[in-house]
Amino acid sequence: MSDGLIIDQLKKNQILDLLKEGKRVDGRQFDEPRKLTIDIGVIPKAEGSARARLGDTEVVAGVKVQPERPFPDTGDKGMLICTAEILPIAHPSAETGPPQPPVVELARVTDRGIRESGMLDMKQLVLEKDKSVIGVFCDNAVTDHDGNLFDACSYASTAAINACKIPKYEMQDEKPVKIEGEFTEPPITTLPVSVTMAKIGDFIVVDPTIEEWGIMDARITITSNSDGNVVALQKGGSDGFTQEELIKCAELSVKVGSKIREIIKQSK
Amino acid sequence: MGGRDTDIVLLDENGIRCDGRKVNETRKVTIKAGVLKNANGSAYIEFGDNKILVGVYGPRDVHPKHMSDTDTGILRCRYHMAPFSVGERKNPAPSRREVEISKVIKEALEPAVMLKEFPRTAVDVYMEVLQADGGTRCAALTGASVALADAGIPMRDLVAGCAAGKAADAVILDVNNEEDQAGQADLPIGYMPNLKKITLLQLDGVLTPEEYKQCIEIGIDGCNQVYEIQKKALQDKFFASGEKQ
Repeated sequence: MSDGLIIDQLKKNQILDLLKEGKRVDGRQFDEPRKLTIDIGVIPKAEGSARARLGDTEVVAGVKVQPERPFPDTGDKGMLICTAEILPIAHPSAETGPPQPPVVELARVTDRGIRESGMLDMKQLVLEKDKSVIGVFCDNAVTDHDGNLFDACSYASTAAINACKIPKYEMQDEKPVKIEGEFTEPPITTLPVSVTMAKIGDFIVVDPTIEEWGIMDARITITSNSDGNVVALQKGGSDGFTQEELIKCAELSVKVGSKIREIIKQSK
Repeated sequence: MGGRDTDIVLLDENGIRCDGRKVNETRKVTIKAGVLKNANGSAYIEFGDNKILVGVYGPRDVHPKHMSDTDTGILRCRYHMAPFSVGERKNPAPSRREVEISKVIKEALEPAVMLKEFPRTAVDVYMEVLQADGGTRCAALTGASVALADAGIPMRDLVAGCAAGKAADAVILDVNNEEDQAGQADLPIGYMPNLKKITLLQLDGVLTPEEYKQCIEIGIDGCNQVYEIQKKALQDKFFASGEKQ
């Protein structure tokens, strides 16, 4: 992520000078995300999958669905876990080995956006209370890194979960047995969509590229749901936001998010 | 939020919360600066039933050396929970949650600390949660700012932490453990009161745009209250002999 990228002060000055003229390095408007394309079903062995391309950032999300033993305190709910990793093919700065803090943050922010929105009605994913529930695991693999992995992972995950098929299980002798060839639709309640904004100087731009990511002062990722409510949020970077900026960012996120949601809907 | 089923009444008919507070009231916060002998700066904070000890070392040489930066000092933060700090024993190894919280606290403190004054050095902030009861990241951040100031490290402002949130359909200040588990939203805030900048902000749970605005509003109000207690802690240490500032 940004920590490994060294972009000199000249680059920052150039980007800032452009912003003062109302322009971005790649010619976009401040509130304009890069072109998003989503292909679903790219991994047929997964119960759901999606490849999201946000500009040149690319993420493949795969959903696996399998019966699990529930956690002791949530025996009446299914299980949902999202992860994210940056593959070493994605960028020269990407490393193998245990995940560094920025990657842990990416995975947790991706998970939080999906989980807190209540995208899946977990109560419908119970096979037998306290004994067996359906687990939905959405794993994101970043294959090409051109900045703003938070949003690329959010879109890939939402699209993959939205398009997944839940295999049917039957309880036999207290054990779940899969019924081959039978599937149900996932219990989708809402489509969460995150929008990340970078603060560069006093400017706020939507969907930063890797160049903007490298020199930004701070960032904020705001996830909204289909009703236009805010469901998750994460501030990052070494500067702060004023109260007015935060309110503007939330409005921007809901506005931009609603257009992205349409693209995700149409991908199914 | 989990919206975990519970028998606890989060808000009674008189608008009183499960621990007896009003909706816009923080828990009792006490801070003592300079509690450790070896650390360059330290603080002990009690934020309701949270008990957190913070030690600051530095500016000092950076190990491993490749982490050092010729242009600026670096800030390193570790947020850690003791195994005995929560109901069920916590594995002492750092969890992914602790890794993330360490990172967001670091990024919340960086705007306040004048790191450019100490190139090639590191300032290490160690936050040890001895007892946890909801809102530990805000409490740890609050204590960490006091410990940094206690260490005499030049700062632009203190960072005060306090969460806002939503429980039983009401916007509330300073979310406690029960409200975090069974409530609807938790929005921790870190705020620099003099510079009027929010440096830590996270949210989990659903808020309408209007509730979001209200949460930020009362969260900042809570941070301003915590800020007064931070200043008092530093005054108590440095002017304890009765001198006036």
